[in-house]
Amino acid sequence: MATLQIIWLLLIVVLLVGYSILDGFDLGVGILTPFLAKNDTEKRILFNAIGPVWDGNEVWLLTGGGALFAAFPPVYATVFSGFYLALMLVLFSLIFRAVSFEYWSHDEGNRRLWCKAIVIGSFIPSLLYGVALGNVILGIPLNQNHDYAGTFFTLLRPFPLLTGLLGLTMILIHGSVFAGLKAEGEIRKRAHSIASKSLISFIVLFIIVLIVGILQIKGVASNIVGWLFALLTIVFWYLTLASVKKEKDSQAFTFSSLIHVSIWGLIAAVQFPYLVRATDPALSMSLYDFSSSKLTLTVMLIIALIGMPVVIGYTIYIYRIFRGKIKLEENTGY
Amino acid sequence: MDAALLARIQFAVTIGFHFLFPPTTLGLSLIIVILETLYLRTKEDVYKRTSAFLVKILGLVFVIGTATGIVMEFSFGNNWAEYAKMVGDVFGAPLAAEGVFAFFLESMFLGVLVFARNKISEKAYWWSAFFVFLGSHLSGLWIIIANSWMQTPAGYKIVEIAGKKKAVLTNFFQAAINHSTLNRYTHVVFSAWITGGAVVAAIGAYYLLKKKFENEAKKLFNVGVIIFIIFSLLQLVSGHAGAVKVAKTQPAKLAAFEGVWKTTRNATLDIFGIPDEKNKVTRWEIGIPGLLSYLVYWDTNGEIKGLNEFGEDIPPVFITYTVYHIMTGLGFFFIFVALLGIFLYWKKKIWDSKWFLKLMIWTAPLVYVAVQTGWMAAEIGRQPWIVYNVMKTSDAISKVVPAGQILFSLIMFILIYTFLFAIFLKIFFKLIRKGPEEKIVQGY
Ligand code: HDD
Ligand code: HEM
Ligand code: HEM
Repeated sequence: MATLQIIWLLLIVVLLVGYSILDGFDLGVGILTPFLAKNDTEKRILFNAIGPVWDGNEVWLLTGGGALFAAFPPVYATVFSGFYLALMLVLFSLIFRAVSFEYWSHDEGNRRLWCKAIVIGSFIPSLLYGVALGNVILGIPLNQNHDYAGTFFTLLRPFPLLTGLLGLTMILIHGSVFAGLKAEGEIRKRAHSIASKSLISFIVLFIIVLIVGILQIKGVASNIVGWLFALLTIVFWYLTLASVKKEKDSQAFTFSSLIHVSIWGLIAAVQFPYLVRATDPALSMSLYDFSSSKLTLTVMLIIALIGMPVVIGYTIYIYRIFRGKIKLEENTGY
Repeated sequence: MDAALLARIQFAVTIGFHFLFPPTTLGLSLIIVILETLYLRTKEDVYKRTSAFLVKILGLVFVIGTATGIVMEFSFGNNWAEYAKMVGDVFGAPLAAEGVFAFFLESMFLGVLVFARNKISEKAYWWSAFFVFLGSHLSGLWIIIANSWMQTPAGYKIVEIAGKKKAVLTNFFQAAINHSTLNRYTHVVFSAWITGGAVVAAIGAYYLLKKKFENEAKKLFNVGVIIFIIFSLLQLVSGHAGAVKVAKTQPAKLAAFEGVWKTTRNATLDIFGIPDEKNKVTRWEIGIPGLLSYLVYWDTNGEIKGLNEFGEDIPPVFITYTVYHIMTGLGFFFIFVALLGIFLYWKKKIWDSKWFLKLMIWTAPLVYVAVQTGWMAAEIGRQPWIVYNVMKTSDAISKVVPAGQILFSLIMFILIYTFLFAIFLKIFFKLIRKGPEEKIVQGY
């Protein structure tokens, strides 16, 4: 049983890593639209770069949420009801973002509005994901029923706000690196300069988060695996920076993706075996005490083992169809 | 207002809005596969152009389906946390499976459909259309599995852990293919195909009346009407089978559908009536005596249990009865339209019958009314249970979310959805006015 529970934790982390890498770049491009693109033609290049894939990318989050529900129902219930207002904000943003690419394209009269919706709709989730994670890492007030006992403002403590900013910069790095990969000329130049600036902010924030984390969370300083992932993060950060400077776009994208992997590794190492930490440690929700039954976990594992390889297979196939720079020409598909 | 009521209204509003789009997606994806198949077979350019046109519309419908679906996925944790804790062991799996087996498939290949016609071979494009069709239908299957388990739970046991009751899975296949899954899936898929057929036929009819795009219009109209005819007729069969299932598994719901208060043999199938919940009678009843008993048991002497036997645990009868009768009434109206269509085809007069073209245009919005009222009948009719005979709706809500926050988010949903829907309609009709393009251009 313990093995199954750990496998499920890992699978959920894998889904979230997938989400973070894939939706990370389209959220990043969304936020950066006004900085990367100065006119409608340039915007079209950006939107056509993420248009075919953003929806599929978002499914990593949906499936991650579904998997959390199926494997650890009480955790799903606690987090989603506890962070109610914050999640509603995320939902409203995602709704607007989802329709805005299509609306921008067809509702020419209101392009400025839809462009704003894309920017804000990408910005709010990018910030709040990190805030939410910061909270479950730092610990939230829970009652005996394992229900959230704080308020909306409890969520806005300094550490979660810092992790929120950190997550945001990761997404900005990723989005700008992706734009560099898919666009040419001016957009690509702007993308490189934004990437460099975001990389600098990232490393500063990362070190602050480490220091505050060590001061505020008991026992993390002696977490060896955690240190390993922190070190890896710095290595990948450096490699991303170097690749951006050398204008090697696909390398930069790979290393920037690896930053996401190592950050999630760090989170998992710090959290284990808890999914949600409570301010009263006795109430923290560990993966051993709050999972579904053995049968459910087994059935779901079979589903994942059959389904996910297929998903990854056609995802690669489809990304290959869309590889290469975006060129706006008549009749070529764009 | 109390939190439970607000949470229910919020769920009803958000799912009702969400479900304007999935039936359209399912129906359009079927028709696109048909048109792409015809194109591969005949290589006639007109099929390609009509299909490309429908792909544009599908792209628009799909994004709103997606945007509103995300809300549903998380609603079980947001508003129904006690429900999630109690039944998560059984209910979470189909939701996760839907992600793995369906959402990835449909959304990734939709990207190919909308953006990549000129980047891949015609065969590969056909397969992409097929995978969108398959993905969206699988998505429907998994969510109907989840919903049917709430209607007719199976394959689980109730255990008590730390003083709290929990449903625990004992048999996955029994839980998934429970008493009502297959019936209800058939009924929902047929209703989606009726929707797709009616919408596409209406677009075709509109062009024919305006004498625009006549080549494409004939194809659209033909495919649409034929699908509409076939599945309107079959829907009666699947609806009937569903009613028989309801009689056996959810007798209180059936009694509410038909406004039966006292247990009777030779029960009447109502065509019209107004249930009076205070005095526990149905007034102004017009119907066919014995037919209800006959339809359920093939015997007019069959016994139908009345609402009075269920004490407090009955749904709101008036609304259940009314929406159920709107759905079935429309079902028979569609059958009537279908028979007219068959007659006109047989007489080879369908293209000249302007009144029929107009009738088809008016039928399309009515299909949405049938779909919505069908779901309302099924869902309101099972109240007060959220999981039939296992858990009450009022026990299922999140304890920690204050009513004020639910009210706030409910108002926001209504405002946002109304606004987005207005823009959707504007773009939808703009695309239709623009019509199929001579040269297919994809992308933003
Ligand atoms: C019979 C079909 C059906 C029903 C009853 C529902 N849905 Fe749905 N849903 C679909 C059929 C569908 C669909 C056809 O797969 C989508 C994709 C695009 C669309 O228009 O609808 C969709 C989209 C969609 C998405 C976005 C998927 C993506 O990003 O690609 C989510 C998360 C959900 N739905 C979740 C739900 C939940 C939690 C429901 C119930 C409470 C629900 N849907 C009812
Ligand atoms: C897509 C079509 C659907 C429609 C139009 C629909 C409609 C409704 C309506 C009108 C209600 C309110 C009933 C009331 O409160 O009296 C409701 C409640 C509910 N339905 Fe559905 N439903 C649909 C699908 C589903 C599915 C697929 C599920 C589960 C997987 C589901 C689960 C629920 C839940 C949890 C509630 C809240 C509790 C309640 O108020 O009954 N519904 N639905
Ligand atoms: C022609 C006669 C029809 C009959 C006898 C019929 C019967 C039924 C019954 C008994 C239910 C309740 C099933 C349950 O609670 O489990 C139902 C639900 C439903 N109906 Fe119909 N129906 C008919 C026509 C239609 C039509 C034309 C549409 C739409 C185009 C439609 C759409 C729905 C939907 C979406 C549901 C909810 C999903 C479900 O529970 O299956 N129905 N119908």
